Amino acid sequence: MTRGPRMGGPMMAMQGGAKAKNFKSTLMRLVRFSSDYWLQLIFIFLLAIAGTIFAIFSPRLLGDITSKIFEGAMMMAMGVPGASIDMGYVSQMLLIMLALYIASSAFTYFQSFLMAGVAQKITYAFRRMITEKISKVPLKYYDSEPFGDILSRITNDVDTIANSLQQSVTSVVTSVTTVIGILIMMLIINVPMTMISLISLPVSLILIGSIVKVGQNYFRQRAAKLGELNGMIEENFGAHSIVKAFNAEKRSIEKFDKLSDSLTETTWKAEFISGMMMPIISFISNLSYVAVVVLGGYLVVDGKIRVGDIQSFIQYTRNFSQPINQTAQIANILQSTVAAAERVFEFLDEDEEPKESTNPATLDHVEGSVTFENVSFGYSQDNVFIQQLNIDVKPGQRIAIVGPTGAGKTTLINLLMRFYDVNHGSIKIDGVDIRDLKRKDLRKIFGMVLQDTWLFNGSIRENIAFSNHDATFEEIVQAADNAKADHFIKTLPDGYDMVINEEASNISAGQKQLLTIARAFLADPAILILDEATSSVDTRTEVLIQKAMSKLMRGRTSFIIAHRLSTIRDADNILVINQGSVIEQGTHTELMAKNGFYAQLYQSQFEFTSA
Amino acid sequence: MKKVYSYLRYYWWQIPLIFGLVFSQTLLELELPDYMSRIINEGILTRDVPLIIEIGTQMLLIALVVSVLAISISFISARIGASLSNRIRKDLFIKIENFSLIEFEKITTASLITRNTNDVQQVQMMITMMLRMMISAPLYAIIGFSKAYALNASMSWIFAVVIPLLVFMIVTLFTLVTPRYKLVQKLIDKLNLAARENLTGIRVIRAFNAQSSQEEKFHEVSEEVRVNNTILQQIMSFMFPGIMLIMSLSTILIVWVGADRINAQTLNVGDMLAFIQYATSMLFSFVMLSMAFIMYPRAAVSGKRIAEVLAIEPQINDPQYPKTNDCSLCGEIAFENVYFRYPDAQKDVLRDISFTAKASTTTAFIGSTGSGKSTIVNLIPRFYDVTAGSIKVDGVDIRDYKQTTLRDKIGYIPQKGVLFSGSIDSNIRYGTVDAKDEDIVEALDIAQAKEIVAEKAEGLEYLIAQGATNVSGGQKQRLSIARALAKKPEIYIFDDSFSALDYKTDALLRKALKDKLADATVLIVGQRVSTIRHADQIIVLENGTIVGSGTHQQLLEECPVYLEIAASQLSKEELA
Repeated sequence: MTRGPRMGGPMMAMQGGAKAKNFKSTLMRLVRFSSDYWLQLIFIFLLAIAGTIFAIFSPRLLGDITSKIFEGAMMMAMGVPGASIDMGYVSQMLLIMLALYIASSAFTYFQSFLMAGVAQKITYAFRRMITEKISKVPLKYYDSEPFGDILSRITNDVDTIANSLQQSVTSVVTSVTTVIGILIMMLIINVPMTMISLISLPVSLILIGSIVKVGQNYFRQRAAKLGELNGMIEENFGAHSIVKAFNAEKRSIEKFDKLSDSLTETTWKAEFISGMMMPIISFISNLSYVAVVVLGGYLVVDGKIRVGDIQSFIQYTRNFSQPINQTAQIANILQSTVAAAERVFEFLDEDEEPKESTNPATLDHVEGSVTFENVSFGYSQDNVFIQQLNIDVKPGQRIAIVGPTGAGKTTLINLLMRFYDVNHGSIKIDGVDIRDLKRKDLRKIFGMVLQDTWLFNGSIRENIAFSNHDATFEEIVQAADNAKADHFIKTLPDGYDMVINEEASNISAGQKQLLTIARAFLADPAILILDEATSSVDTRTEVLIQKAMSKLMRGRTSFIIAHRLSTIRDADNILVINQGSVIEQGTHTELMAKNGFYAQLYQSQFEFTSA
Repeated sequence: MKKVYSYLRYYWWQIPLIFGLVFSQTLLELELPDYMSRIINEGILTRDVPLIIEIGTQMLLIALVVSVLAISISFISARIGASLSNRIRKDLFIKIENFSLIEFEKITTASLITRNTNDVQQVQMMITMMLRMMISAPLYAIIGFSKAYALNASMSWIFAVVIPLLVFMIVTLFTLVTPRYKLVQKLIDKLNLAARENLTGIRVIRAFNAQSSQEEKFHEVSEEVRVNNTILQQIMSFMFPGIMLIMSLSTILIVWVGADRINAQTLNVGDMLAFIQYATSMLFSFVMLSMAFIMYPRAAVSGKRIAEVLAIEPQINDPQYPKTNDCSLCGEIAFENVYFRYPDAQKDVLRDISFTAKASTTTAFIGSTGSGKSTIVNLIPRFYDVTAGSIKVDGVDIRDYKQTTLRDKIGYIPQKGVLFSGSIDSNIRYGTVDAKDEDIVEALDIAQAKEIVAEKAEGLEYLIAQGATNVSGGQKQRLSIARALAKKPEIYIFDDSFSALDYKTDALLRKALKDKLADATVLIVGQRVSTIRHADQIIVLENGTIVGSGTHQQLLEECPVYLEIAASQLSKEELA
């Protein structure tokens, strides 16, 4: 909330930050990205420069005023008759000074004000681009990258860029202007004085540099230890019942004490070193202060400069060292900004889904026949998951997909929906290769009810209408009724307008399942993809779900990831999947007769323990 | 917050020391302008160069002492801050480790984690900041003011104008900004939620062609964030130039009034310059002080949250005179008219539950979600205490045992396989550090977890990552079963522990358990009829009451609820 660079001081530089892999090109890209705002940014920089320059004049003016007062005082002290301070001059100069300060503050204010608008607009543009990109990246990416990582690009990384735009970018401009401006002013006043006040600069830089280095080391260690400790706390509290059940409290506490002590040791060292920075810097600045006063005093006595010049120099030396001391910090912030931008650009550069066919086919009336012809597929080049798969599904058939967990049952669904594309062969619906259809049109053919009942933070009505935004309320109620969900919805506090909360925890698992079925009903698809729930919901809802699902399947080609025996037995065709490939297919009777993997699976499931 | 302050008592001598050091440092630092004034008034006016050098040397010495003092202050305050937070952190951890699940539910696990991590961090930052700034800023203000006053009392009215102006500005800005800041925080949470939704629902969104409407939703929140953040930053833009302007104003006022006083020969030039520096130091200390006051509430919230935890007395405690029983291997469990209700809840979760699980038998619990079947088994290790009635293990009320004695009798396997970071070996030995190697191997064998170890190059030394992200759900489950087996307890509680296993492993595991755990009392909470059908006793629960108990065959004939469950899972032939 405060202006970081100015308030933070060089201590902040120690916290360190991420480093970009390719600093220069990313920086250039960031500059290009903001090309819409170049004019505004240039104007903002000009304001910043103007604000700085006006501020730079003031110490000089104050010096002049002081000298004038001093001259008057000297004359009076020497008893020159009629001598007095030229109050007219003093008031006039003070008014100019006031005007300068007001102008400088106003410029600084407007600069920061305008920058807020630009920075937030650029941030918004980033967020917009990332969101739009999310829809274009193939599912493969999401299946291999952790959510948290993508999320942090949208939020943290974009925020880092925004903060840096707001604070650090202009401070680079003002720092450079300040350093140059003050140098010029000091040189104008007196060269030897300038030399003496700058002598401390290299000492200061070297000292700060080495302290930052040592400090960074401790801060890094502290971050690592803090991470370890937080991890341990999370682990223990998350598994509190296990800790209790195994009487492990004492051992946990012992381990915790050790970690905590070691963290404490590093923490105070890190804090101490960062706390040493200010006193050392202020000693060095006091050193130049004294040098300026002593040499200045000598020069005044010698008649080379005026008393006010000492005053100006004291202020200049103070203002001069500030931007220099900040350099390390600004460099750090820029580094982490560019690193953040790099991560955002990386995502924006991800490969997108293959282009739609240029001459897309259309299916006006879908019969619902599905054929897999010599389909081969692998999630990576060297790992072919499915080989030479042939399936022929006639309209209205039920296909059960069975196999142990992790065998790759969802792969078939991924291919059907074109979440992934086949490597070889083709999948056809009513004889049309699905790659010749627009993705949008293809997906309209399918309805999906997955075990992972994804609902969003919105009303029940909105959630059902998710599959068809133009649906009327009557149609929504009809769909809910078909899905056996209408009854429970009506008993909820706000009925169809009840808002499902963030974690979707205000309705039960079974109710969620019913809503996803209603959603599929409303979509009225030609082909269904169903994933039967493994974990049982309460028995009554379970019965409802089964009824709703079988009603939904009526007259539609259905692919079912099956867990229930009844479903499997009623299927027209069973695909047995193991280790990614379809190893057997046929009806229940056929497969049992074959006495292969399916028969074994079936027996282990239901007869094994009868012995 | 008082509770947190009370930790300061451990530093009863360091704190006055810091106070003294800060006092001397401030006093000395504010001496410097006096010396400069002397250089001007005595040195320059009388053209006495040796005097200028002499005063200069003295100034240097003072500056050196000031820095040494400041470094010592930083040393002590860093140590106090770190060690105080260490004490708080440890006390919190010990306290929380001794909480029962009731306290965990009341405050929530996530919140307890934050309190033991972030909140402690906040308090540490505040303590360190207080020791450095909150002591030095007022001292600066007071000493600065008295020196300025002593120098020229008639000019001190300037402070009466400038300081209130400064404080007023900072306070106004923050009053304007704080609600908006909170709003932006909320919007950012909303933004995160929208983004998370887009990612978690990516399959469904694409399946229903809802990409553009989802994007639209995100853009809307994004736009709201933009507008509010812009306004927030624009208000904050006033801060820095405002402070600068007020400080400059004070300088101008001092020179303007000062020149007049010098004219009237009631003030000399050096003193005027010193006055300016006092004023600057003072105003700056007020800026720091206002910042501290603005930051304080945030840390105070953390302090309050910590104090809250420290003040909680756990509801489940050991009896004053714990009983033991020499019956080393019996394992009978008896529930007698047990009622249970979560604290502050409206309804009982369990009502009038009575049953006996005889030694060396298997009892299974089945029922829909929310029927209370997990709750029953969670009462046995005293994760919760019954509201009414009693539970006896080996003939003794479980509340009369020491908690450790009771839990040593029980091998508990949770619904979700939970492992700790560390080697597989350390995980299996979690309940019995000095278990024999053969026992570990046997436990892994029964739990069908041998192959997990076999396929790792490091074997038992394979390191499980934090959150056990490097093993699958089924593997976690099997290892957590092995962990309980290695303990060789008299009672096993499987709290729906088979759901992450595929049917085949489930069956193999149950067979191995049946063969090897013949002597133990086993309680199984299950969802699959196939998992529990061979139990000696099956207890069917609905809405917190027992609606049937007996063997599979008996229940099929007598218990409609059981039949309903079985019918939904088994084929007609199997039911027959």
